[in-house]
Amino acid sequence: MLPKNLFGKPKNALEGESRVGALIECPGCKSRCSEAELEETFHVCRRCGAHMRLSARKRIGITVDPGSFMEIDRDVTSRDLLGFPEYQEKLDKARAQSGEPEGVVTGTATIDGQGVAIFAMDPNFMMGSMGTALGEKVTRLFELALEKRLPVVGFTLSGGARVQEGILSLMQMAKTSGAVGRHSRAGLLYIAVLTDPTTGGVDASFAALGDILIAEPKALIGFAGPRVIEQTIRQKLPAGFQRSEFQLEKGFVDIISDRRELRSLLSRLLSLHRGVA
Amino acid sequence: MDAYSRVQAARAKGRQTSMDYINALFTGFVELHGDRRYADDKAIVAGIAQLSGRPVTVIGIEKGRDTQERVRRNFGSAHPEGYHKAIRHFLMAEKFHRPVICFVDTSGAYCGIGAEERGQGPAIAESIKTLMGLTVPVISIIIGEGGSGGALALAAANEVWMLENAVYSVISPEGAASIIWKDAKRVKEASECLKLTAQDLFRLGVVEKIFEEGDVSSLNERLKRALTETISHYQTMDPEALAEERYRKFRIIGGQAL
Repeated sequence: MLPKNLFGKPKNALEGESRVGALIECPGCKSRCSEAELEETFHVCRRCGAHMRLSARKRIGITVDPGSFMEIDRDVTSRDLLGFPEYQEKLDKARAQSGEPEGVVTGTATIDGQGVAIFAMDPNFMMGSMGTALGEKVTRLFELALEKRLPVVGFTLSGGARVQEGILSLMQMAKTSGAVGRHSRAGLLYIAVLTDPTTGGVDASFAALGDILIAEPKALIGFAGPRVIEQTIRQKLPAGFQRSEFQLEKGFVDIISDRRELRSLLSRLLSLHRGVA
Repeated sequence: MDAYSRVQAARAKGRQTSMDYINALFTGFVELHGDRRYADDKAIVAGIAQLSGRPVTVIGIEKGRDTQERVRRNFGSAHPEGYHKAIRHFLMAEKFHRPVICFVDTSGAYCGIGAEERGQGPAIAESIKTLMGLTVPVISIIIGEGGSGGALALAAANEVWMLENAVYSVISPEGAASIIWKDAKRVKEASECLKLTAQDLFRLGVVEKIFEEGDVSSLNERLKRALTETISHYQTMDPEALAEERYRKFRIIGGQAL
């Protein structure tokens, strides 16, 4: 039995959504949206179109055919491998906050009847930071997809490496990229959907390696975070720097999709590869 | 020697840089500059040379030896074009069945507007992916600083070696201190916690060999001998098995604890 809050609302959405009574303030235009309204729009603000962050489970819920999701590796979870100060407390807090054992949810499902291996990263679990368990779950998913000859659909969301796991966190970039490469060389399709934010070690590994890269509007996508860049170069970054629209312009994403159209776009792309994967 | 002293030693001026090792360990090095896309990134040196009579591809992140050269080489912080150059050399090595030897010495991939505009993350991702699937032997040596993804882009290797005073980390201790404690001054503590010394990384299964530094000519001699022996060993392996072994190695790091 899953805890009740698994399908609940994410606690912090785009730029920190705040609850006002039963209403939720849009981080974009500050207008107040009711929960019922947001359920209908997949947490896209009707007024300004801001895409608020979604929990991993909610994301999978709005993407796959109802009842088709079979989770794997729920028992693969982070531990304080290096004895890093305060890490265990942070993990406990992340679990309480997200209701998830780890920062990514993985499994198989169907989208309009088409089989996929799917992963979604969770903003409420240390902002999707990549540690050993997260890298392991993503790797196992690609290995499973290779074995079953399934395409992979992955929703990326990450603030970067899990600093508390030190070098072991860095090693996940090699492991996951290796797994994506093996899946790819077998002629199988990988669609990555880059959501806000996709940065650091995840941007520099499996997020960037999709055959097709879809981005949600205005998602922050980049290697170095904007604050770090500003500190390094001692100047302010132009508006829209590293956002999806910028990345589309520079040629680093293939298409920007409104969340409300995303499921049908994925379905079409999958069907165009039918018989391939 | 505590972890922070190692960090300081790894960054110290006067330490041998990639070009010093390339000149000392190999003969007939021909540098090939282009990335065929945008520019020649001088932070990454690449070319072909001979190791004990055998042609090898050599790639090094070069910090520069004097102030002028350091500026020209962007202090060893590569842009995407540096990684594109490396990828081109990885693939050319595979085509001609040459082993790849990388020297890593960088505080990290460059972080700036141009680097982001030209896809720093995707360039590193592609470099790692290419190395992970390569069917020729790859040996990477961390000679000074191994700074995060910018270092790993040249270190997804069959074997990763470190000099005894080199460090290798997901983030600089300064960066870790400011992220974790919002206090960049707690850098000594962060250095300890990150487990970034060669000795820690050996224990964690991230590196296969540590080289004592001591006298420079002796170090170079030991490195040359170890490279020659190790490459000979790998040359007998089936190409697919080389890639498989590399994948298996990264597959299990940290995994025993899951």
